[in-house]
Amino acid sequence: MSTKTEKPGLFGLLAEFETTQAVFDAANAVRKEGFTKVEAYSPFPVEGLWEAVGHKRTWLPVLVFIGGLTGATCAFFLQTLTAGAHPDSLDPLLDGTVSTLTGNMLSFNYRMNIAGRPFFSWPAFIPPIFEMTILFSAFTALFGMLILNGYPLPHHPLFNNKKFERASSDRFFICIEATDPTFDREATEHFLQGLKPLSVTEVPL
Amino acid sequence: MAATQTALTDDIPVINPGYKFDTIGEKIDAVVLGPTPKGWFVGFAMAFVVLQALLAGLTWLLYEGIGVWGVNIPVGWGFDIINFVWWIGIGHAGTLISAILLLFHQQWRTSINRFAEAMTLFAVACAGIYPLAHMGRPWFFYYLLPLPNTMQLWPQFRSPLMWDVFAVSTYATVSLLFWYTGLIPDFASIRDRAKNIWVKRVYGILSLGWRGAAMHWHRYENTYLMLAGLSTPLVLSVHTIVSFDFAVGNLPGWHATIFPPYFVAGAVFSGFAMVVTLAVPVRAAYGMKDFITDKHLDNMAKVMLVTGLMVFYGYGCEAFFAYYSANEYEQGLFMLNRAFGPYGIYYWLLILCNGIIPQLLWLRSVRLNVTLLFIISIIINIGMWLERFVILMALQRDFIPSSWGQYAPTFWDITTYIGTFGLFGSLMFLFMRFVPMISAFEMKHLIPESHVHHDGDEHGHSSHGTHHEGAHA
Repeated sequence: MSTKTEKPGLFGLLAEFETTQAVFDAANAVRKEGFTKVEAYSPFPVEGLWEAVGHKRTWLPVLVFIGGLTGATCAFFLQTLTAGAHPDSLDPLLDGTVSTLTGNMLSFNYRMNIAGRPFFSWPAFIPPIFEMTILFSAFTALFGMLILNGYPLPHHPLFNNKKFERASSDRFFICIEATDPTFDREATEHFLQGLKPLSVTEVPL
Repeated sequence: MAATQTALTDDIPVINPGYKFDTIGEKIDAVVLGPTPKGWFVGFAMAFVVLQALLAGLTWLLYEGIGVWGVNIPVGWGFDIINFVWWIGIGHAGTLISAILLLFHQQWRTSINRFAEAMTLFAVACAGIYPLAHMGRPWFFYYLLPLPNTMQLWPQFRSPLMWDVFAVSTYATVSLLFWYTGLIPDFASIRDRAKNIWVKRVYGILSLGWRGAAMHWHRYENTYLMLAGLSTPLVLSVHTIVSFDFAVGNLPGWHATIFPPYFVAGAVFSGFAMVVTLAVPVRAAYGMKDFITDKHLDNMAKVMLVTGLMVFYGYGCEAFFAYYSANEYEQGLFMLNRAFGPYGIYYWLLILCNGIIPQLLWLRSVRLNVTLLFIISIIINIGMWLERFVILMALQRDFIPSSWGQYAPTFWDITTYIGTFGLFGSLMFLFMRFVPMISAFEMKHLIPESHVHHDGDEHGHSSHGTHHEGAHA
């Protein structure tokens, strides 16, 4: 590893660890040292590592909840406005708002009389509402996770470091990024060496 | 085998000892990155030939029309809905294994969830063909979708058949999302292990650039758990709605409240049977006995036993409902048609396949005998097909004897059905060749070295996230 002075093209310093325990303890040490632009990498989720590095809990569940509500609302109104409700059947409940909002739109739809049941037969609308809730939530969960994580991102400076290939196999890494306010090429490397890693290497940009 | 048969099943591990993080990954990724085994070509070629039967069957159907099938009046549904329900039921075990067992912290799900999920997707693909083909003019399938159109005509949202469209399409989509979510880290592992630049690129694109950052894993685990939580009620709703296709109709033999739970149990029953049918040859062919141990087969056999008993209870309920209804049509359906009618033999075969033979699974020696278990799993698959056939045959004798009829599948019914096995098999072989068939990152989580103790962190900041998990090792 080179000890040249800080180059402009440096992403950060990468410390390699052999066990989950080692990376976990090192992550705690790095956080306590006051580094903020830090990330730990592992081939599988290590319990609590994200907190040890100093990240905040994700708000993804809130997004998924909103996604689910959106699905439910869309499905309810889709069915109610197309197959079901004439403004007349809703307005006793909603005090005239529905016909004001929807105007003539509903009167164009061909409403089907199925065995004389009410047009607004909401219990029969529950199964599609349920399915749409699940569908929208699932889409929000996966795509929300990918977007918050910044994927797809086919390339990343970390892939410039040969050692990082084992991050998906059996090695654990901590990278202190050069953009960290307290980052100093020599001092940071010295600090990382103190955590007894297998190696400390540069990650070129 | 002899050694494990005498061992208590509690002592059989879910992963044989001696594996490290890198050897687990190597073993799983080697199937994708290594040379194609000769047996794979043979198997894929056979499945692909059978797939041509589906092509021929569907081509002739589209050219000539629905008349080439055996459906008639009064039996307006035939092989199409039998096979639709059969295939979609098989799919349910995949979701059960990946979602419900995850929520219950069942570690043994880990090595079988990936290909059980693949099985789900391919089974749903096979199932989806039938309602589309039965439309006769499948190019009008979009009539089923709520799309604005110049006729101002919208789908009939009060119909269980319409609910089916929502349920099955949501099920297929969510299963795919769940499957892909699980694959992202494993694609990344293949990307990093691959030597060939094109293999690296393809799997690199599929992995979306995954690099395993701690925060990414945190969001990932959240997502995975939420998808599991969403899939669990979803899978129950899908077969419930499939059963509504029958139960909502006011027809003797169908109009019963037992249908939703009994359909769901039957789906899990047949699905686990199919997982066993697939797992036994796959683990032998790919040398995965260290990952798919006898413990897995034993547990799956237990699930089959339990769900089999539920299904058996359902058959009892049907008979009791007919008797207790004091309704001559319900009783007539059961006595003159279902049990002792022209197709009565199939009813008793069904009782034998689904009710009697699975009772052998009470014996540990049977559960641990791979050959016997494999045979029983195939018998259960046949039994579950017979169940749907027997239910369907309620159509042939309804209220007025003058409108009674008969049903027999035609050559094209059978060709199309056999063809779906070709589709299923071809997709399964492609999956095993190009996709890691066992979830490597989750397997790594099973070995004790993956866990951490928070003693080193006197700060206490992260303690609530780790202490209860660390104790599992």
